[in-house]
Amino acid sequence: MSIQVRNLQKRFGDFTALANVSLDFPAGELVALLGPSGCGKTTLLRIIAGLEQADSGQVLLEGADASDTHVRERQVGFVFQHYALFRHMTVFDNVAFGLRMRPRSTRPDEATIRRKVMELLELVQLAWLADRFPAQLSGGQRQRIALARALAVEPRVLLLDEPFGALDAQVRKELRRWLRKLHDELHITSIFVTHDQEEALEVADRVVLMDHGKVEQVGSPEQVYNQPATPFVYGFLGSVNRIHGQFDAGHVRVGDDRLPHSPASHNDIRHGSDVQAFVRPHELDIVTDTDSRAGIAARVDRVLRFGSSARVELDGVDSLSGQRFEVELPDSRLYALDLQAGQNVRLLPTRLAVFESNPGLPGGKTA
Amino acid sequence: MSGLSRHSVLPGFGLSLGYTLVYLSLIVLLPLAAVFAKTMSLSFVEFWAIVTEPRVLASYRLSFGTSLLAALINTVFGLLLAWALVRYSFPGKKLVDALVDLPFALPTAVAGIALTALYAPNGWLGQFIQGDLGIKVAFTPLGILVALVFIGLPFVVRTVQPILEDLDSEFEEAAASLGASRWQTIRYVVLPVLLPALLTGFALAFARAVGEYGSVIFIAGNIPMVSEITPLMIITKLEQYNYAGATAIAVVMLLLSFLMLLLVNGLQAWTARRTGRNR
Amino acid sequence: MNAVVASLPGGRTSSQTRFERNSATAEQSWVRAVVLTLALVFFGLFLLLPLIAVFVEALRKGLEVYWTALADADALAAVRLTLLTALIALPLNLVFGVAAAWAIARFEFRGKHLLLTLIDLPFSVSPVIVGLMYVLLFGAHGWFGSWLAEHDIRIIFAVPGIVLATVFVTFPFVARELIPLMQAQGKEEEEAAVVLGARGWQVFWYVTLPNIKWGLLYGVILCNARAMGEFGAVSVVSGHIRGLTNTMPLHVEILYNEYNFAAAFAVASLLALLALLTLVIKTWVEHRTHTSGHRH
Repeated sequence: MSIQVRNLQKRFGDFTALANVSLDFPAGELVALLGPSGCGKTTLLRIIAGLEQADSGQVLLEGADASDTHVRERQVGFVFQHYALFRHMTVFDNVAFGLRMRPRSTRPDEATIRRKVMELLELVQLAWLADRFPAQLSGGQRQRIALARALAVEPRVLLLDEPFGALDAQVRKELRRWLRKLHDELHITSIFVTHDQEEALEVADRVVLMDHGKVEQVGSPEQVYNQPATPFVYGFLGSVNRIHGQFDAGHVRVGDDRLPHSPASHNDIRHGSDVQAFVRPHELDIVTDTDSRAGIAARVDRVLRFGSSARVELDGVDSLSGQRFEVELPDSRLYALDLQAGQNVRLLPTRLAVFESNPGLPGGKTA
Repeated sequence: MSGLSRHSVLPGFGLSLGYTLVYLSLIVLLPLAAVFAKTMSLSFVEFWAIVTEPRVLASYRLSFGTSLLAALINTVFGLLLAWALVRYSFPGKKLVDALVDLPFALPTAVAGIALTALYAPNGWLGQFIQGDLGIKVAFTPLGILVALVFIGLPFVVRTVQPILEDLDSEFEEAAASLGASRWQTIRYVVLPVLLPALLTGFALAFARAVGEYGSVIFIAGNIPMVSEITPLMIITKLEQYNYAGATAIAVVMLLLSFLMLLLVNGLQAWTARRTGRNR
Repeated sequence: MNAVVASLPGGRTSSQTRFERNSATAEQSWVRAVVLTLALVFFGLFLLLPLIAVFVEALRKGLEVYWTALADADALAAVRLTLLTALIALPLNLVFGVAAAWAIARFEFRGKHLLLTLIDLPFSVSPVIVGLMYVLLFGAHGWFGSWLAEHDIRIIFAVPGIVLATVFVTFPFVARELIPLMQAQGKEEEEAAVVLGARGWQVFWYVTLPNIKWGLLYGVILCNARAMGEFGAVSVVSGHIRGLTNTMPLHVEILYNEYNFAAAFAVASLLALLALLTLVIKTWVEHRTHTSGHRH
């Protein structure tokens, strides 16, 4: 089932959790809501579930306005961050809960409930734990039981709040893969909230990046990683070098140095305005010929030789002093350069993304 | 791990434990032993005759009956009060919350005369209850019930309140998202979590009520066979210098108290085992 | 900024608004109204009204009668005896409470659970039985009765008996407050102090005491309220000798039984004020430990 949200606004006191958010979640997709804590992603998820009311805006489930539908009637499966398993009930009773709470007219008989619960426990591969209490389970097992419980009511949508947040690293990785596989089997429209970029990029069909209550970018993992749409996304996904400068035809001026860019992709930026340029570590090359005027000047601080590629940490010089740079090089290239700590070099970007520092504020006015 | 932890780096184990044991023995254990030793001076037949005197039997019925009823009333209303204090916002809430402990802080004799002033036939409430409804409260078992409700009131509220405060909203949200109605959520998700605390509060209120003296004697009227509580029977025997008789009744009450204490401890251990570990 | 973010969704605001505003966890408004009404009527009828009655009855005959009742020599003697009793019982149970908490919360030993149960025991003994116990021990026909008579020492129907009975009924208060507190705090800080070279009393004075001071105060406050207000146990051992062995609660009883209601309620109002003061300090301590203390 598809989900749309239209112009959602939500404030908590002075804090804006959602500022006019509109999104489409196509049927059958697994979508990640990704952002730092406080960005509004959990609030959005809870509003979709009906656990929270938006101040204004709509939630459409399969095209029908569900804004006034109580969470009880929305038929959404919600998996809580800390699972919220009922500790006085066995695993079996937890999973059976939703079915047993149905009105008498639509409630299945005990035998049907039993069959259905056991099927679900098989699905999450924990049928052997049916008679245990939640306190006797490991974190990963609780997570899967919580999922089985949510699936028992045959939800139209599955919503997961930080599904792997409370697990340790090893279990996390396993469960991620398992959730992806499960989704491929069930194809139920699913949204999960996470602050972990790796988790979002690895598991989701599509990633929604949020910050300060606004949607920054929506796209496939490749899209959001390779073509970040905003400075925030650049900074949030992967590591990046950020350089301040002035925009000019064909290049960005940084002190006395100039960095070339492809003007076609930035034709909306006015000449002379303050900009931020973003370069990924692997998109920077190091030139030892300091007489060259290409790129920007820097001084080598440390060379880290481990892993499949080497990392070089550098300090900015002159107008960029105080700034740190990080460059990722193939081992062979590093060997050829033979860098020494303290050596003066120049950094040459192979690709440069440029954003205006104060977009939408003509004349450099500040709010 | 052997019994004593001699290898702890902290000092003062011998001193603190020794002092604790000596003080405990002198203040608590020795006097208690005196009670049990005194009953040994009675033969079982004598003992049985004393503790089954009709007047004493009537006092058990009264004490246990009214205590049970008072504890039940406190369980129901204590839960409502705890619920209101944790879940609802209303003006004067802080005051209500602080005053719930009044029965712990107010001397029982003061409570006794205050309740009598309220429920006596010519009292604030008594004149209406007796005049309009024809029900006599003070100087009847009903008056005893009122006093026992008063002194037992904080127990259920204070055992349930922290549990309710610690209960994350997630559990009820989960139940709602699974289609449970609000009533079903409370019945199947919230109440089972509160049950051990409710039982503990009930047992504590009951135990306190059975032994209560000060707040009851003023309002009870102390009519033999009608409104004499068991602690009063002990006093009566004492005033007749019938030490053996007083002691025999005391032993019956003590045994019952210890039973209640065991029950409460068992309950708490059971709760801890069942749900103590975090989610 | 961070503070705002941290206090946010799913709504870590105060608990009642969190539940009330959330349609998933809020009762229908009529249910809420019924629950609130029942709870508050119950509260008003059983708690508030008796408290108000004490003060109204005390002042019914006017301020002059009120002051006369309080200034009466026997009333003053009762106040003095009550204060004296509390002044002896409190330090005794305070020292015991600290010692017991230190042993129980800082060391592992066999029989700890039994000890905990025994410490709680006085709470489940009827006050009347407490009095009886001391009569059996120290009364004229008691275990030590003849020995005491020979040496001309009076315990029962005298001040020592009153103090003993009070010590018994207030026995668990401080210990009971400190044990869970010190268990929750753990012994790491004390161990750190020992590693840094502190000696026994230094550890206690500079590390333990600052950490438990609010719990200690809390226990002392409750202990004091009970010590000054105890009726049943004291009544059995006191002998009710006016001006000599009457504590305030006993004095209230005597005046009440003499149908001197105004005077009885006047003395009672002092005890009620003490109860209110106790609740104020208690609430204040709870507030302090909630906002500043919160160490786990």
